[in-house]
Amino acid sequence: MQPSIFSCLASYVHYNMAAIVECGADSNTAENHMSLKKALSVASPLSLRIIAECSVTKARACDLILPHSAVSTPVFMPVGTQGTLKGITVDQLEGLGCQICLGNTYHLGMRPGPDLIEKANGLHGFMNWKRNLLTDSGGFQMVSLVELSEVTEEGVKFKSPYDGKEILLSPEKSISIQNSLGSDIMMQLDDVVSSTVTGPRVEEAMHRSIRWLDRCVAANKNPHKQNLFAIIQGGLNADLRKACLDEMTRRDVPGFAIGGLSGGEEKDDFWRMVTLSTDHLPREKPRYLMGVGYAVDLVVCVALGCDMFDCVFPTRTARFGSALVPWGSLQVKHKQYAKDFQPIDPDCQCPTCKRHSRAYLHALFKSDTAAMHHITIHNIAYQLNLMRSVRQSIVEGRFPEFIRTFMKRMFSSRDQYPSWAVDALASVNVTLE
Amino acid sequence: MAGSRIKLELSRVVQGKSRLGVLKGLGRTGQHSLEVPGCLLYTHFGTVPHLTQDTLHTLSNLSSVTQVTLAEHQEVLEEFKDGFKKFAGLHDTVLYCSLHDPAAPCPPGYTTNKTVSVWGSGGRIELTVAKFMALQKTVRPDWYQSMADGETWQSNTSRKRVRKSVDRTLAHLDECLLVHQNSQELQGVEVFGVVEGGDILEERVRSARETAKRPVAGFCLDGLQTGSMDQALRTQLIAAMTKELPEDKPRLLQGVGRPDEVLACAEAGVDLFESFFPFQVTERGCALCFNFDISPDPERAGRAPPAGVVNTGETQPNGDVTLDDQTQMTSFEINLKDKRYQDDFRPLVGGCGCYCCQNHQRAYLHHLLVTNELLAGVLLMIHNTAHYNGFFSALREAIANDKLDLLKRRVLGERGGQTERKE
Repeated sequence: MQPSIFSCLASYVHYNMAAIVECGADSNTAENHMSLKKALSVASPLSLRIIAECSVTKARACDLILPHSAVSTPVFMPVGTQGTLKGITVDQLEGLGCQICLGNTYHLGMRPGPDLIEKANGLHGFMNWKRNLLTDSGGFQMVSLVELSEVTEEGVKFKSPYDGKEILLSPEKSISIQNSLGSDIMMQLDDVVSSTVTGPRVEEAMHRSIRWLDRCVAANKNPHKQNLFAIIQGGLNADLRKACLDEMTRRDVPGFAIGGLSGGEEKDDFWRMVTLSTDHLPREKPRYLMGVGYAVDLVVCVALGCDMFDCVFPTRTARFGSALVPWGSLQVKHKQYAKDFQPIDPDCQCPTCKRHSRAYLHALFKSDTAAMHHITIHNIAYQLNLMRSVRQSIVEGRFPEFIRTFMKRMFSSRDQYPSWAVDALASVNVTLE
Repeated sequence: MAGSRIKLELSRVVQGKSRLGVLKGLGRTGQHSLEVPGCLLYTHFGTVPHLTQDTLHTLSNLSSVTQVTLAEHQEVLEEFKDGFKKFAGLHDTVLYCSLHDPAAPCPPGYTTNKTVSVWGSGGRIELTVAKFMALQKTVRPDWYQSMADGETWQSNTSRKRVRKSVDRTLAHLDECLLVHQNSQELQGVEVFGVVEGGDILEERVRSARETAKRPVAGFCLDGLQTGSMDQALRTQLIAAMTKELPEDKPRLLQGVGRPDEVLACAEAGVDLFESFFPFQVTERGCALCFNFDISPDPERAGRAPPAGVVNTGETQPNGDVTLDDQTQMTSFEINLKDKRYQDDFRPLVGGCGCYCCQNHQRAYLHHLLVTNELLAGVLLMIHNTAHYNGFFSALREAIANDKLDLLKRRVLGERGGQTERKE
């Protein structure tokens, strides 16, 4: 075992063992037993307890036990790109009930760098966040942010935007950085292709992502305390997706992400790839749909069987004054709210809505950054509450009804429903009135 | 207004000048109080910069008086009808409405006999007494500063201009009081008269003497802000003014926030300060770290910011203290953007009990600053406000226990020659 840089290691190994026992007590089927044995053999520091499954859709409610705490799924994970969630303190985030948030390997690897974060006892220590962290591989930012990047079998080559130096992000390097960050869930480096690209490049990327998964697994220095998730690729091609699923589910990884979507593809293609993936992913492992965070997408994709989601949208849009509400969004900076003395959402219990009116926030946007913080807090509260309500309805066996009520509130009339959502929901037996 | 509810109870006056006491009877029902020397809570439109209620209330010993400047939002407040406190969600505070934002520049050249100009996010707003008073009726503060011509702070202002500003300010005050006394809405609201006079001693005395004749609850000393004159002159003018002012009414000094200047001005008889200084320090990415520990307990002394802070070169020496640009770093702070803090895993100030120091390290703040993250402003504002409040507690303790000289030595950090230069 590596000499640990985590002071709390002892306690969480213990926690994990307890969790596995708990999982064992819960599983009756031989299949579950098999997977449990498998899980024990690699001692992955994760366990998933399925609390309830929707009898109509593919939705499920689970307790995901991770090294730092339990996570109730379905879960939305706010994104704290650079080791901070845009103007919000970790205590505020905890107060909102957030159990897991994201950090970005690309950004953190650049600044302040893995060595420094390792010295600070990992990203948890550096930002003083006591709950779970998920880090991405850094590959996505490299392709989306850095113009001069080139993908080879070795990895992603790119020029540092800070000093112009050429850097290679290989699967090994990505995992090494993520090991330094000490996240509870790490993501494999995948070969990301824009979801609008078609042709042989998509197939190449899919096969390469499988090879890179194996390299990532081999490179993980902390398999006993950091979970490594595989990322299903294959673009919008069902055969490629299926091939990727077949290969990757043969690997004994603690969880799976559905990648390569949410990149501007048609929603009709998007949901079909999601549902294809969940059809073939193992029941006993968590499924993470990357980059999804719009309320409607969340509700539909939960129905399609996804457990975890992340997106910068709720926090980014907040800084532009856009507050999320059950009927869509409210642009606080718009003139129409200058004299509107109601809270953003009269039914919302978040600290912002309990104290401040739309008119006050409207005026505050002209004077201070705290206005952004107020909306950010509200939007995180909105996302987390939405997922809590979704979970509750699954547990209580009324998720289809929840979906219908949710859609009615979100759209002014039936003909406003996006057709992809109607189709996707119909595919899991939910018809909207 | 003759029966002003604000009451200053002085428990100690050192050498006829520095005063220790409690300002009582604040707020509509008189339930609030504020210890003096003390500072107000600086806000942008009722919000302490960068902070939400959660982050603000990690701070203990918050000032009970919130300062706000709000000329630009009259329309919405008129519509709202219930006053600014309720509008801003400020439930348990005393509201003081000042004419200008002490941390925002106020370009001169826009004052006339009948009007003054204030600057909001949308530009210049010209106020007559009528407009100014209409604003107070919609804001409904607990106390406000009367309208004033405060354009005479520049050192080259002519005697004639200074005299005119004193006359105008007194005329404004009389007009304000007249409207005030006839306004149902402003019953129970207090007015602070503004003392002007530029850098001319006789005008300062005249302004103070005349203002003191009016039924005001307290006095704003205007035109003495940092950058307008050196501390020796400021001290002299303050001493001359306070001699003319009644003992039992508070004196609020505008535009002065640096710890060294606060000490000198409190010594000269000032009771209240605005707390824009921690905000300015925050905006330049710095953390207050000056030492103010005068506790005799050696165990506690160890928890104070290390006296060596200055000697190790962590803070930057400033040149001529009094003529500094307000946006420039002072020797009371450390610049966390500096590379040396990159791997410094200590709290901003050892032993500091604020949320930032209890939870985060210099290296993290450095990272937040170099990556332009919004949390940097939040955490720095918490720390700087806590540190500044701590300094004011120490100042009161020093006056109570005859330790002003010790406090001065601590705060000035035995910086070679600087103390002498200022005295």
